[in-house]
Amino acid sequence: MTASLLIFGYGNPSRGDDALGPLLLEKLQELDLSYLELLTDFQLQVEHTLDLQGRERVLFVDASISCSTPYTFSRLIAQKDTSYTSHVMSPMALLHSYIQLYGEPPPSYLLQIQGECFELGKSMSISATANLEASFNLLQKICSKPNLPEWEKFIVV
Amino acid sequence: MSSELETASNPENLKRVVIEPVTRVEGHGKVTLLLDENNRVHQARFHIVEFRGFEKFVQGRPFWEVPVMVQRLCGICPVSHNLAACKAMDMIIGAKITPAADKLRRLMHMGQILQSHALHFFHLSSPDLLFGFDSDIGKRNIAGIAESYPDIARQGVALRKFGQEIIRLTTGKRVHGTGAIPGGVNKNLSLEERDYLLKEIDQVIALSQSAVELIKTIYSARTDFHNKFGSYRSSFMSLVRENGAMDLYHGGLRAKDEFNQTIFDHIDYNHYWDYIHEEVKSWSYMKFPFIPSQGRKEGWYRVGPLARINNCDFIPTPLAEKERKAFQEFCGGSATQATLAYHWARMIEMLYAAEVIKELLDDDDLQSDDLLSSGERQLRGVGVIEAPRGTLIHHYRINEDEQIVRANLIVATTHNNQAMNEAVRRVALQYLDGQQISEGLLNHIEVAIRAFDPCLSCATHAIGKMPLEVELFDTGGALIQRLIKDSNGRYRD
Repeated sequence: MTASLLIFGYGNPSRGDDALGPLLLEKLQELDLSYLELLTDFQLQVEHTLDLQGRERVLFVDASISCSTPYTFSRLIAQKDTSYTSHVMSPMALLHSYIQLYGEPPPSYLLQIQGECFELGKSMSISATANLEASFNLLQKICSKPNLPEWEKFIVV
Repeated sequence: MSSELETASNPENLKRVVIEPVTRVEGHGKVTLLLDENNRVHQARFHIVEFRGFEKFVQGRPFWEVPVMVQRLCGICPVSHNLAACKAMDMIIGAKITPAADKLRRLMHMGQILQSHALHFFHLSSPDLLFGFDSDIGKRNIAGIAESYPDIARQGVALRKFGQEIIRLTTGKRVHGTGAIPGGVNKNLSLEERDYLLKEIDQVIALSQSAVELIKTIYSARTDFHNKFGSYRSSFMSLVRENGAMDLYHGGLRAKDEFNQTIFDHIDYNHYWDYIHEEVKSWSYMKFPFIPSQGRKEGWYRVGPLARINNCDFIPTPLAEKERKAFQEFCGGSATQATLAYHWARMIEMLYAAEVIKELLDDDDLQSDDLLSSGERQLRGVGVIEAPRGTLIHHYRINEDEQIVRANLIVATTHNNQAMNEAVRRVALQYLDGQQISEGLLNHIEVAIRAFDPCLSCATHAIGKMPLEVELFDTGGALIQRLIKDSNGRYRD
């Protein structure tokens, strides 16, 4: 049976702070929350639209170098990707593809965690490690609130 | 067969056009063209610009690590490298793998074929085929297909996803799992996992049939154009079973020449080096394999879906075999040489993979716990499979301490190196010779390369922000035109 809440962490665990998304999900997995499904991948691709089907809500988790605070939590709006490549997709572009292929997507959110070093083979930076803890605390609170209006209160951009 | 245009006689007096990177292929490559003052083509080369060095840095590692390490060669076909390395390691540990392990490996391999072929056709090539080679570049991607042809995009997404699910369930992860290990596999397929896949398989077969129909329709709408585009005659090489059937996991090597005459057949790949030699050229990191009995200059060949469809005597699944016959009939009853026929052959193989998956899922051996075997240790192992892009050879030698001392990998794209260069040269002559360059014309060259689905060394997380820059120099070497495409797809001078 498809879990109502999907949390999708993406990033490359071998690229320093890019591992933030998958690592946050590893921590969440230890809580053993039955009503949600956790998925990780290196990057978003159009096939992931199928992972969104049948969900009541979706939360994407990603590392971000442009994030000016330890983390941001925002509601996602579908947006067409104007770049020439579809090698890698943003969550907004994924929602746009979802609309084209399957109709209205589930309400979707993005938790971005600030990172600073994304080099291949590097370990996680000290600041990213702290940001991981801070965002984990936030995520625990978010996951404890089942209703959509309550999620909206967590929005920090 | 011809290699004219490989090297210009007076390069110093010619202007140089560079296509870098070649897009919608796996990995990084570039094309260089040398033109005279009238834009006549004098030289065309397809270069691989990465150097991976895998063969060097596996040296000294314990042999049992290698099947995991070599998966990092590629984010698209890690299963293929894992399986080829495991087959080589089976030899090293003297294992004759169990029926259950053989079937589970074949299942993961067919999942790999399915997802890779779907990715290539729907995501990478269908934009060219459906919109046109010189259509609006902003639409030439899977998002453009989703917008204009949502049914086709849904088809591609569903097929690739199913292949990925097979990989996940047989290897433990969507990418870079570790299902196959030296001597067998490390997990079976549970009944729950089998039933999950069985629910979808009939739909996957139907979607694969529909994909064959789609390429058939596209191809036959402009048969003459598609037959001639970047085409030439060459030999083909692939694995086949003892009875001549298509088999993508195991078999003997078969090569046929440009007139469909057998060069060699049912060759034990354990001695592949007697039948395939490699040439090094100063301008490319990739070697140029050739069949020595045909000579260094004329002995190059093609591998991959078209080679396999042309070389096999039959396909051992009913729906794909029917399509193979239809394909051959369309081509006049014998092997076709058309570069763009690779797309059609690829879709027939995708259907074959879907049918084999269904056969395997119905086999109780997949739930067996008899998964591993071993035997008398040897110091050398060779593993060969037909990866999505063609024949993949892994060859290792170990020392008494079980460390790798030598490795040689010949991947499908290397086999096709000369063939892709030839296709580039044909298209350069057919469409660019004497013309004013444009993005649309340059994409014609990329279309020819894409037909081979080359894997130009793959970085799993190569972020897609590669600019495309085309420069035109005059005969004195001065820059006269530059066109730059930035990461957002915008053009500027």
